[in-house]
Amino acid sequence: MAAIATGPGKTPNLLKRLLARPTSAAGLITITLVVLAAILAPLLTAYNPAQLSIVNRLSPPSPEFLLGTDDLGRDVFTRMLYAGRTSLSVAFAVVIVASLLGITLGLIAGFFRKADAPVSRLIDALMAFPDILLAIALVAALGASAFNVVLALGIVYAPRMARVVRASTLVIRELPYVEAARALAVPTRVILFRHVLRNITSPLLVQGTFIFAQAILAEAGLSFLGVGISPDIPTWGTMISVGRQFMNSAGWILFYPGLAIVVTVLALQLLGDGLRDLLDPRLAKDI
Amino acid sequence: MNVPETNRSDALLTVSGLVKRFPARNGRTVHAVEDVSFEIRRGTTVGLVGESGSGKTTAGRTLLRLIEPTEGQAIFDGVDIFALPEKQMRAYRQRMQIIFQDPFSSLNPRMRVEAIIGEALDACNFPKGERRKARIGELLTLVGLQPEHGRRFPHEFSGGQRQRIGIARALAVEPEFVVADEPVSALDVSVQAQVLNLLSDLQQRLGLTLLFIAHDLSVVEYLCDEVVVMYLGRIMERGPARAVYGSPRHPYTKALLATAPVPDPTRKRTRVPLQGDIPSPIDPPSGCVFRTRCPHAIDACAQTVPQAEHIGENHHVACIRQSELAVAS
Repeated sequence: MAAIATGPGKTPNLLKRLLARPTSAAGLITITLVVLAAILAPLLTAYNPAQLSIVNRLSPPSPEFLLGTDDLGRDVFTRMLYAGRTSLSVAFAVVIVASLLGITLGLIAGFFRKADAPVSRLIDALMAFPDILLAIALVAALGASAFNVVLALGIVYAPRMARVVRASTLVIRELPYVEAARALAVPTRVILFRHVLRNITSPLLVQGTFIFAQAILAEAGLSFLGVGISPDIPTWGTMISVGRQFMNSAGWILFYPGLAIVVTVLALQLLGDGLRDLLDPRLAKDI
Repeated sequence: MNVPETNRSDALLTVSGLVKRFPARNGRTVHAVEDVSFEIRRGTTVGLVGESGSGKTTAGRTLLRLIEPTEGQAIFDGVDIFALPEKQMRAYRQRMQIIFQDPFSSLNPRMRVEAIIGEALDACNFPKGERRKARIGELLTLVGLQPEHGRRFPHEFSGGQRQRIGIARALAVEPEFVVADEPVSALDVSVQAQVLNLLSDLQQRLGLTLLFIAHDLSVVEYLCDEVVVMYLGRIMERGPARAVYGSPRHPYTKALLATAPVPDPTRKRTRVPLQGDIPSPIDPPSGCVFRTRCPHAIDACAQTVPQAEHIGENHHVACIRQSELAVAS
């Protein structure tokens, strides 16, 4: 209870407290660097990610091509930076979609007793499918496009958000300040937003971080399997997919995007763990 | 169902036959409140006392329809508010308010004090702008805080100050009837007195009608005109505070008063120890619910639920042996 209803005074030094822990500091700094690298890609490299160069195809890492080139002679380092843009923004959009769906379902299940059983069963049913399998099925049904990948992964991860929101809402719903609002005849939608949602932002932030990490992996997985975003657009997943064919002769094509995924996901997990411990000790005990 | 005599026309709230049962596991039922009837006259304070699990809090919540009653009537200013659809109930909500026990969880930690009180002002369509700011300052001053405190968050206050904010929120809509649900039991003893004095002072100045729920009898004696004693969901004894405290007639009331600490070391204590714990409201004892712990229980107590007997001066006792016990003592 106290974990959810932390005072707002704690937010300003949250950054300081995250940086005080070696693991969460490493996570936060790494993810900041990854995001900056993606944003500042044109400044960090002289090449165009789509520029072909048959002469330089499959050349190993060298001062000219930092991380080598792929089968069409495109600079791997450049493509990795630009791929980061797609991968990160797709994952971020997934977090937004999953949050919108999950918060809506979670609030309904947690606040309205009668809706709890049917909505919770729907959430359980969705969670029973393996993530990637459900995503593939949804993308296959909707058609492969960036928008549909985001939508499909949003649906896949919405139940995780919904569970956290439901559990927190069940606690907040019984608190006297919600009763006070009801005694004042405050409309239910205002109670939901002003009193419930505003007091569960901490667990939402933690869950959002984990979904971000999962979405990067899942998007890469879909692209690798060829059911994701069009192979023309570089993402870490499509790069690995292409690189797989040259795994033995030109391992760098596959290795560096893979490393980018590992580092980014690890950094997000470390950051999420740190946020969870600082914001929500109750969850830390459960997991 | 026993209906209290309604010859007194100045009753603001008349509760009759209030029942609240909650469903429990395995299709069983929690009998939280059973057949509770009493009335509250305008401008008076009624104390509702009992141990934890006696149903006093549930009873208070149902009167405001924060919990829906299972059965019964509550005539508030001539209207049975239990029969009102929620839409029409909204109009009555600002005429009745509640002050909570826990000063920490009763204020939204993410809202500034001015927003907390502002929400109450919204409820009575108070205009926004300078007038509202002045009104918030006025309310804060009324409960002994400063207008500048409106800019702060709840965690910047002590327990007693938070309770004052809770009182200001309840009073913002200018209610006629306020349920105070153990408003001081979570506070330090030194602060308790301040908050009690504030409540008593406000009650007189604003002409409030108060239902004061407490487990501390001395607090109730200080504040209340009438007392209702509950045990396991039922009323054991009710009447003017003077009569109930001066000559308690129910064995449970006697036991409660005997265990209440009195700041007089020379006073001889008549020990009427209560044995065991309060039974489960899932399966309450047959007949008189108090019989399992009553020192005077006889076989007949298990047979019938004792009805409230009027023994004069609006003093009611629900005990089949009350007259013979009164003679014996």
